Amino acid sequence: MRRNSPLALAFHALVIAFVLAPLVIVVLVAFTPDETLTLPTHGLSLRWFRAILNYPDFITAFFTSIKLAFMSATLSLAFALPAGLAIARARFPGRDFLNALLLSPLVIPGLVLGIALLRFFALIGATGSFVWLVLAHTVIVTPFVLRLVLAAATGLDRSVEHAAQSLGASAWTTFRRVTLPMIVPGITGGWLLAFINSFDELTMSIFVTSPQTVTLPVRMYMYATESIDPMMASVSTLVIFVTAAAMLLLDRAYGLNRILIGQH
Amino acid sequence: MSFLTLADVSKSFGNLHAVADVNLSVEKGEFVSLLGPSGCGKTTTLQMIAGFVQATSGRIVLDGRDITEMKPNQRGLGIVFQSYALFPHMTVAQNVRFGLEMRRVSKAESDARVREALALVRLDAFAERYPRELSGGQRQRVALARAIVIAPPVLLLDEPMSNLDAKLREEMQFELRAIQRRIGTTTIMVTHDQSEALSISDRVVVMEAGRVTQVDTPYRAYERPENRFVSQFIGKANLFSGTVAATDSERMHVDVGADRIEVGHGVHLPESAAPRVGDAVTVCIRPEKVRLDAQGAGRLPATVTSRFFLGSQWLYRVECRLGEILVCCQNEGDEPLSEGETVGIDWKSEAVRFVARDARHV
Amino acid sequence: MWLLCAPSLILFATLVLVPLAMTLVLTFYRFDPSSGPIAAFQFGNYVNVIGSPYYQTIFLRTFGIAAITTAFCVAIGAPEAYVLSKMRDPWRSAFLLVILAPLLVSVVVRAFGWSMLLGTAGIVNQAFGLVGLGPYKLEYTTFAIVIALVHVMLPFMVIPVWTALQKLDPQTEQAALSLMASPATTLRRIVLPQIMPGVLSGSLMVFGLSASAFAIPGLLGGRRLKVAATAVYDEFLGSLNWPLGATIALLLLAANLVIMLTYYRVLERRYGRGMG
Repeated sequence: MRRNSPLALAFHALVIAFVLAPLVIVVLVAFTPDETLTLPTHGLSLRWFRAILNYPDFITAFFTSIKLAFMSATLSLAFALPAGLAIARARFPGRDFLNALLLSPLVIPGLVLGIALLRFFALIGATGSFVWLVLAHTVIVTPFVLRLVLAAATGLDRSVEHAAQSLGASAWTTFRRVTLPMIVPGITGGWLLAFINSFDELTMSIFVTSPQTVTLPVRMYMYATESIDPMMASVSTLVIFVTAAAMLLLDRAYGLNRILIGQH
Repeated sequence: MSFLTLADVSKSFGNLHAVADVNLSVEKGEFVSLLGPSGCGKTTTLQMIAGFVQATSGRIVLDGRDITEMKPNQRGLGIVFQSYALFPHMTVAQNVRFGLEMRRVSKAESDARVREALALVRLDAFAERYPRELSGGQRQRVALARAIVIAPPVLLLDEPMSNLDAKLREEMQFELRAIQRRIGTTTIMVTHDQSEALSISDRVVVMEAGRVTQVDTPYRAYERPENRFVSQFIGKANLFSGTVAATDSERMHVDVGADRIEVGHGVHLPESAAPRVGDAVTVCIRPEKVRLDAQGAGRLPATVTSRFFLGSQWLYRVECRLGEILVCCQNEGDEPLSEGETVGIDWKSEAVRFVARDARHV
Repeated sequence: MWLLCAPSLILFATLVLVPLAMTLVLTFYRFDPSSGPIAAFQFGNYVNVIGSPYYQTIFLRTFGIAAITTAFCVAIGAPEAYVLSKMRDPWRSAFLLVILAPLLVSVVVRAFGWSMLLGTAGIVNQAFGLVGLGPYKLEYTTFAIVIALVHVMLPFMVIPVWTALQKLDPQTEQAALSLMASPATTLRRIVLPQIMPGVLSGSLMVFGLSASAFAIPGLLGGRRLKVAATAVYDEFLGSLNWPLGATIALLLLAANLVIMLTYYRVLERRYGRGMG
């Protein structure tokens, strides 16, 4: 009963086509030489990629997003790594609460978090501040890092650390030379996942960004609600490209299927 | 006319010959074990009988019907899987009833038969429990009940006790045999545990590397192993290689080093296969058939190199002219022999068995 | 120990707990078009939202879309996970990747892809044109929103069902077959009940995410098809009526929780005991 029937395979083919259709279309249209949204049936062209250069807004937004993703991923690592190790290793009052709190952005809709932060920033005068935006993104991506740190830490065989200590290593040395190297895949995977999620983030960012701190997804959304032309497709293709590169790194570091569904 | 016949059944996966030319006839009501180490093909053979693996060649005939091409859900056999494969979302009673539901048996009759089956495996009180609330041994009994309630022509057991601990395993072996005797169903069991196969089967089928090497009753398979593999796989054996010095129908004499060993009972093989003077042969003697005498009496002197206490027995390793020999002695409560002690070893010629001819004398 | 946790605790308390609390407070404020929110404690906003047919329609549409999306995701995602589980590697991991990887691509890109596919001059209509049908108005319809949402939410259904399938003992399917169940019966009575917990947790996730979805209804619903999320956007960044916007958002959150809790309870009662 290991084999799939032809009917099952046909269904599967349809599902795969469904899943890939929008992405394939976007990439194809990005290369069209025409004025409107058509498939490049007669020749490929890079004109819509060059057109992006005429829109400094997109270029700025792109670099803002990259910077933002980089900083929030790194920052969230600084927060989540110690907290994750503490949660995985020790029992202390409020541990479950902290765990739930740090994972809460996963269950709170981006919408609600967005308006809450908008209000908060308005009251403390932080609207338009890039620093506060970074902090907001850090909060959003921390759950991803935390989950991976927790998985790595709980999966760790404590007896390895005990062996190191029995051989004379101090707690700090044990951490640095034994524990850390063993959880590096989890950390790297977490960082990359956080990066990707920050880069992609739209719903919360739409409320929290200001004209000076517009991120790429927000800029794209604004543009798309007003006009639809192939330049959206070329920008989207670049986004897909960046994401794919990050996914490749993620796969190398940790395993893409593993990250998406736990142990594959 | 046998009830279940496998005729030249083979299974290959590409270049791997998992099962090669297996011939087997099982009588109605018989309890047969397929015995062998992992990878010998016993599980694949069982799966071919069940229908989950398609034979590459050969025929499987059940009660006169050729079932080789039949789908597994048409064969109607009772199967106890190694992992028990209980339906976790159904109660014990629902699990057992499932086969009857598929056969559209009336509710009244199903209820009665399910009750009967559960009583047979002594699980009547657990009918409404879920599998995860049961112990390993209880789950195994549910799996058994589910397989026998449908009154199948053949019962297939795939390493049914491998997940149980030693003590439970022993109990279950006897219970299984008792149940099988009561309901009289033809049964085929796959196992790698030779003591299990020996204790409860009517016949054992010893398999190695995809082939059947010996089919016999447990007693005969143990006492008269037909090759090196069987002699070592079933029980422990002391094997000696030597050259045939003299042979007739009554007895054979083999030279092992400087000693001459007599093989009692002769060698019952057809003329062409019987060993001749000068051939290289292997003979064996089981550890429990060797006597140790603390005073040194016997045909050979030996020194005890190590000993192991097995509760009802003592296992000694002794070094003698013929090499290292394993000896098993009943624990009669006397002082055991100590390591380094010199003893005499002896045995009855009838206990030495011819195992295999290794080379023809040219 | 506290040293390790304190930074994250402070960060989250400041950026999650406090703002949420403030938003709750905000829902009770009054709104003055000229000066903005005015501190008060009144339920006017709640009355406005719950009583107004405009917002009732919006909420109905929001949850209706979420329900249909969830149903489609179950109908497509669960069988697909099953088909995948029966494949051999390398196909299996490859296709799993294809289905899950879009999660990592920004939702704007995916929504835009669908708007291109479903536009009047879009590919789907062009395909219809080839066989002489259409063109149909597909964009800016509920249909468009649902399709795009199903596309985005599918991985969230596939993952938990896949996980449940991994835990399934394949020998139970063989056992059922040996007891003379047909392959269809085996699927229905043996496989399906065992993956129900996966289907359940997938449904909850899909429903919750669909109900609060913003980008897809925003891009594919146009100006006239509003859902709760886009209505909130309008209030906050359009009319600047923050208290009203906050109220809509909070009501969405509350209704979402109630619906999901009820769904969870109902299914747990039916399937709970057998599953541990």
